Amino acid sequence: MVSGIIGKKIGMTQVFTGEGSLVPVTVVQAGPCTVVQAKMPARDRYAAVQLGFGAQKAQRVSKALRGHVAKTAKGPFRVLREFPVGGDAALEVGQDVRVADVFQAGDVVDVTGVSKGKGTAGVMKRHHFSGFPATHGTHEYFRHGGSIGNRSFPGRVFKGKRMAGRTGNARVTVANLEVVEVRADEDLIFLRGAVPGARGGTVVIRKHAGGKRKAGAAGAE
Amino acid sequence: MNIIESIEQQQLKEGQPAFRPGDALRIHVRIVEGDKERIQLFEGVCIRRSGGSVRETFTVRKTSYGVGVERTFPLHSPRVDKIEVVSYGKVRRAKLYYLRELSGKAARIEEDTSSRTTKNG
Repeated sequence: MVSGIIGKKIGMTQVFTGEGSLVPVTVVQAGPCTVVQAKMPARDRYAAVQLGFGAQKAQRVSKALRGHVAKTAKGPFRVLREFPVGGDAALEVGQDVRVADVFQAGDVVDVTGVSKGKGTAGVMKRHHFSGFPATHGTHEYFRHGGSIGNRSFPGRVFKGKRMAGRTGNARVTVANLEVVEVRADEDLIFLRGAVPGARGGTVVIRKHAGGKRKAGAAGAE
Repeated sequence: MNIIESIEQQQLKEGQPAFRPGDALRIHVRIVEGDKERIQLFEGVCIRRSGGSVRETFTVRKTSYGVGVERTFPLHSPRVDKIEVVSYGKVRRAKLYYLRELSGKAARIEEDTSSRTTKNG
């Protein structure tokens, strides 16, 4: 089966479980996606499908892309993404992939999106530096990063030194999110916790990759 | 209606009594112990309502063995079995945090006898 789906972040709310505990969820409009291209092991040496999601005006895509999606008999798509296919699932070009085909409640997923842009931000917001004491004589130095190096040796600032700068607006993956609920008829998926990006942003939901990645650790902002 | 609103709407419990901060409430709380379930009562004065839609919560304060106890319930939680309004109170604040500083006679709340109570009763 397809290992993921493309969606649009709708927003966050809370739902009660049957026992009455309150769960914070992000609601994502996931699919329906259309298979635009199927890659076969025999021809491409691996099995995958390219999925299209969201309508796009024909005039906004190149002729080449229009030709690429022509076989699906659906309009051009806003987003195209490739997903590995497991097992011997036969997916044909033009076929629809719905969220219920891919995920069900209880699954663990990774979600990729583009984080909200924060503009130029200081080191406290950008790298979680702790700043300086609010009292004991700190003078105009509350949110600074402190020293950035030594003196004539080494005589330079090391590459990768964390400093202020453009923050956010980067690809971020949040791992280990639980699927709380899937509403097949509305193509909605409820994910426990927060998902990168603004409301209306595009997110890619994949089956959890495994390993020890903790939520939030994968994406450097 | 947008999607989030409709999801929240579906979870709202109907038939909740109208109550405000200052009213004395009796809350029937479902307690699940293993596979057994029982109802526990929590009786006190509502000192706050907060949030809207499915996120709305209210806080009930009582004095138990001389110790002030406050409990916050989600209004639409399945664990809140029933809310009874014992009496209506007349207060001039939306949040009755001042009750925390008061005890005994000073912590009493005047009964509200306006049209609000007679209409429902």
